[in-house]
Amino acid sequence: MTTTTQPLNETLAETTLLRFATAGSVDDGKSTLVGRLLHDSKSVLTDQLEAVEHASRNRGQDTPDLALLTDGLRAEREQGITIDVAYRYFATPRRRFILADTPGHVQYTRNMVTGASTAELAVVLVDARNGVVEQTRRHAAVAALLRVPHVVLAVNKMDLVDYQEPVFAAIAKEFTAYAASLGVPEITAIPISALAGDNVVDPSAHMDWYGGPTVLEHLETVPVSHDLTACPARFPVQYVIRPQTAEHPDYRGYAGQIASGVLRVGEPVTVLPSGRTTTVAGIDALGESVDAAWAPQSVTVRLTDDVDVSRGDLIAPSGSLPASTQDVEATVCHVADQPLSVGQRVLLKHTTRTVKAIVKDIPSRLTLDDLSQHPAPGQLVANDIGRVVVRTAEPLALDAYADSRRTGSFLLIDPADGTTLSAGMAGASFAAAVRGGSAPEAAEDDAEWDF
Amino acid sequence: MTSVATVPEGTVNPYALSHLDSLESEAVHIFREVAGEFERPVILFSGGKDSIVMLHLALKAFAPAPIPFTLLHVDTGHNFPEVLDYRDRTVAAHGLRLHIASVQDYIDAGTLRERPDGTRNPLQTVPLTEAIQHHRFDAVFGGGRRDEEKARAKERVFSLRDEFSQWDPRRQRPELWQLYNGRHAPGEHVRVFPISNWTELDVWQYIQREHIQLPEIYFAHHREVFDRGGMWLTAGDWGGPKDTEPTQTRLVRYRTVGDMSCTGAVDSDATTLDAVITEIAASRLTERGATRADDKMSEAAMEDRKREGYF
Repeated sequence: MTTTTQPLNETLAETTLLRFATAGSVDDGKSTLVGRLLHDSKSVLTDQLEAVEHASRNRGQDTPDLALLTDGLRAEREQGITIDVAYRYFATPRRRFILADTPGHVQYTRNMVTGASTAELAVVLVDARNGVVEQTRRHAAVAALLRVPHVVLAVNKMDLVDYQEPVFAAIAKEFTAYAASLGVPEITAIPISALAGDNVVDPSAHMDWYGGPTVLEHLETVPVSHDLTACPARFPVQYVIRPQTAEHPDYRGYAGQIASGVLRVGEPVTVLPSGRTTTVAGIDALGESVDAAWAPQSVTVRLTDDVDVSRGDLIAPSGSLPASTQDVEATVCHVADQPLSVGQRVLLKHTTRTVKAIVKDIPSRLTLDDLSQHPAPGQLVANDIGRVVVRTAEPLALDAYADSRRTGSFLLIDPADGTTLSAGMAGASFAAAVRGGSAPEAAEDDAEWDF
Repeated sequence: MTSVATVPEGTVNPYALSHLDSLESEAVHIFREVAGEFERPVILFSGGKDSIVMLHLALKAFAPAPIPFTLLHVDTGHNFPEVLDYRDRTVAAHGLRLHIASVQDYIDAGTLRERPDGTRNPLQTVPLTEAIQHHRFDAVFGGGRRDEEKARAKERVFSLRDEFSQWDPRRQRPELWQLYNGRHAPGEHVRVFPISNWTELDVWQYIQREHIQLPEIYFAHHREVFDRGGMWLTAGDWGGPKDTEPTQTRLVRYRTVGDMSCTGAVDSDATTLDAVITEIAASRLTERGATRADDKMSEAAMEDRKREGYF
């Protein structure tokens, strides 16, 4: 196939945005990698560096502690640990980046889930001396569960293993086999030394056996948002715009962000849950009338018929509608300190729709360490991942999370105080081996996942 | 349409959004979520560039209908006259309703005391939180960006505040996907930051793309200033300079606009948007590092103020 080589995003309009998350254990050098990415892409400015140097000196440290760039809270600096997700921003001429810097400690699984939920790529760090450890498997499992489209395995501290190819190759092989078995679609392994700067921003002079991209090169070139437009169109209605002014007496537009797919003028569509059919009469893309719009554009859609549509409804092409259900089976990550129990009444927020719901069953809980399943735990506590069955008071137009991260995800909320209880992913996942409280398939688990 | 699924290497994905379009779409989504779920939202509007961009985004989000929110300005009494003028013209042009909470009124009434250093920025918290309680606002839009400051980097897009408007960074709700949880009890409110993910450069690039008008003080002009703590402050009725601080006329512009007593000007000859963007892209200082005295008071100055109810 002949392609024309485009000049790489020389104009502003061609610069794209990549959201990615980092994951790594405490001593894997994650802060150093983040610091190196920010520093070598010239995103750390003088006053920030001065502030870090000043704070480091006050602590009696000789060299600036780059972790202080991302650990912004008093409690984090006092304890020298990252408690919460921090968002960092940097740019190269090719692309803008939003980095969700997530804590690596096991008790903060919910923070990695938070960071990974909006990420299009996850960087999993491994210490070359230790190889794939339990924590690595947890990070890979969360990335797989959240269906982060691209995973980078950064094998760090290559300088401490004499930059030997066999060390890297063995780790890459083991990780790739594991992650692929969980359904991670694309894995790129890169040997690096964050401390020495090998293969982070600049290619390494010590590893001529490696012919792949540096971390930054890969971040700059990995394709984004292709998965959204390949899916059927989903348009959750956020708000009805009805000016009722002299200038626009009859304007009635449905405002929302296209969750997936492409929506076209003239397309026959169905409004859910009512099931009324109509046609897209026009699409206003923030001031400009367009023939088609796609995820994740925020637009206003006008319909040919004066059907009853309000916030919480979903507009979808009549030919490919999501299933409507009141019985939601899902994998959830429990993110609250208070537990989630069988029989509990909750609110379920799915796209723009919030409905009453009840937790009918918690068939199993997953142990991330070895992916073993524990049947009928009765409740889930903070950082637990488990299967749930939820009955909703009204039907939901729900896709499988595997098909759409946007229309397959939901929150469970405590109706009493508004606490976000759980992050839900509808449909099957690798955490769904146990069904209806039957015995775990332990033998299969061992064969698949233990090394 | 399987061809959409994989775009061959070396071609431009026709469905890829530019980074500004992605950020704009996200911000509009956030405005509409609040309009759909809250009873009494308000936009903090100071006439500074971030709140100007927010207002522009809100206008686009609800067009051709008017913005379904009112505006609130916390006036420190030390604001730049050009900015107040811009504020009033903008409010009139769009037929908006503006609430003003005045720090000066609190000082005159004896409920707030002037600080020895003359800085009024920290004094804004009380008028702000009382205005929120008085008008029973349940969602308050702010132009805070996570790239501004390390405590703000930890801020959620939807940030729940208790009945005292306090922020507790250790008790924040995890924010998952684009599912913002705005549930709150009576008396509590949610601070909402639609441009959390924007950087200073994004804001300027967007202003340029959308042809948004700004107060003139953002562009280079001759101004009588004096040096205090390494910053060029504007001489004026607010109380500067002291006898020991000689004034001089310099060619300067502002990167941020806030209280005159703590917002410094930067030396600059950038008189156009193009020149400003070139200057920012090359700058080795963050906008707050260059121009804000109040952030330098302590290592956790912003976090501490935010805990008390500041933005």
